Amino acid sequence: MLIRRAERFKASDITDEQLYLNRREFLAAGAALALTACDVAEGAAPSVTGAPLKAERIDALSVKDTPTKFESATTYNNFYEFGVNKDDPAREAHRLKTRPWSVKVDGLVHKPKTYDVDELIRAFPLEERVYVLRCVEAWSMVIPWIGFPLGALLKHVEPTGQAKFVEFTTLLDPAQFPGQKPGFFGGGLDWPYVEGLRLDEALHPLTLLTVGMYGQVLPNQNGAPIRIVVPWKYGFKSAKSIVRIRLVSEQPKTAWEKAASHEYGFYSNVNPNVSHPRWSQATERRIGEFRRRPTLMFNGYADQVGSLYTGMDLKKYY
Amino acid sequence: MSRRGRLLLKVVVWAICLAPLGALAWWTGRALWLNTDDLGANPISFITNHLGDWTFRLLLASLAMTPLRIVFGWGWPALLRRLLGLFAFTYAVLHFSVWILVDHFFNWGQMAEDIVKRPYITVGMLALLTLIPLALTSTTGMIKRLGARRWTRLHRLVYLTGVLAALHFVWLAKVGRTDQYIYVAVLVLLLGVRVVDGARRLARRAGKIPHPRPATPP
Repeated sequence: MLIRRAERFKASDITDEQLYLNRREFLAAGAALALTACDVAEGAAPSVTGAPLKAERIDALSVKDTPTKFESATTYNNFYEFGVNKDDPAREAHRLKTRPWSVKVDGLVHKPKTYDVDELIRAFPLEERVYVLRCVEAWSMVIPWIGFPLGALLKHVEPTGQAKFVEFTTLLDPAQFPGQKPGFFGGGLDWPYVEGLRLDEALHPLTLLTVGMYGQVLPNQNGAPIRIVVPWKYGFKSAKSIVRIRLVSEQPKTAWEKAASHEYGFYSNVNPNVSHPRWSQATERRIGEFRRRPTLMFNGYADQVGSLYTGMDLKKYY
Repeated sequence: MSRRGRLLLKVVVWAICLAPLGALAWWTGRALWLNTDDLGANPISFITNHLGDWTFRLLLASLAMTPLRIVFGWGWPALLRRLLGLFAFTYAVLHFSVWILVDHFFNWGQMAEDIVKRPYITVGMLALLTLIPLALTSTTGMIKRLGARRWTRLHRLVYLTGVLAALHFVWLAKVGRTDQYIYVAVLVLLLGVRVVDGARRLARRAGKIPHPRPATPP
């Protein structure tokens, strides 16, 4: 198997100056909001959509590529809970109420717990990481996410020896997610949206429990208030608006597998050599660019995650 | 219909057929020079889909003309059939050109692989191919040269075009999408009218055809 050497993660890579400046602008623009938030609940993390969110930039885990325009990243979304069109999520996002919000972490763990989302944001140091998001539809974006490693949370609840997989469940509420209403032709997914990772994938340092992007609180259309980001897998593997994280012994049956298992496998690692029935995965269009670019093995993260799949037939486990 | 009426009808239909192209030019111009977001975050995908949608709409419009005559007995739809068909062909060629020239930028290897491996692209290509002989024989001169009978038989190929276009749309649509079935329903209706009409005519002819005359004594 060809594993490309990703040259993206040299710690010496210098942060793009323009991005750095932009980040300051974001912070400055939201300063007033931040002050208000502090007045209301001192020390509490800001919870208002668009409010700035401070995080330490982790250059060692960030790509150097120029981030996608914020406007593109927030208006071109696949989030079927809001509707099947790319512009539905931005239009319907206001229906989702992200506070109060709790995330239940249970299953095969010694210390199951239900966390308030703000409690999580306070408990774990936030990091900013610039990842490439590769959609199974052969387009990609570069997004500065803010969050903390999922592994840190999992360590807190202490998975038992039987735990082999992690299952993520998205909120089920057709009043807030119009896409969950039964359609005229039926269709749609079997709600709620369920995704899953193998435990070692979930514990991988790249797997980010995400609460913000572009220096601010995660917009609703991007999976607020809390989502997962798994940068070496196709975007749909990264469940949004999560209400439950469950440790299980059996491989979870994911929403897209249930809908079309021949098209969307459990692993769904980005792989230019294994095409989807409808899309060749050899190339991708980076949003904002004209020419297609070649897709990299594991989305360019082969050095970091390739060893998770040693000896596996990735054509069979697509 | 008077000459002026016919002219007016054609002008209106030309305008309708050109409007989607005009809109596309307007949005593209604004996106390029004013940096607007009219084409969305993925302009190439938007343009391809826009041209594909209008190809299918105009194809259905051209297929709707004969049923209008059959059901309502109107004469004017016959005037528009060729015009709509040629516009459908134009949009199909543009849709295909964007795929080659802009989306894949002459990456022949990947395109060849796509045509062979992706059934929705295979049938889309076939749909375009079936339109080429129809466009080439659309002139009045060609109709005369072929003769009405042969020309009519050849142009039944457009029914296949419709079916292939429908498959193209259904197969490329993701799970959860439903708009493709609206197009399929319209196509089924338009072809269904022809089937029913054809069956009725056959029945009528069978009833009216006189039996071989008995030899009459002189």
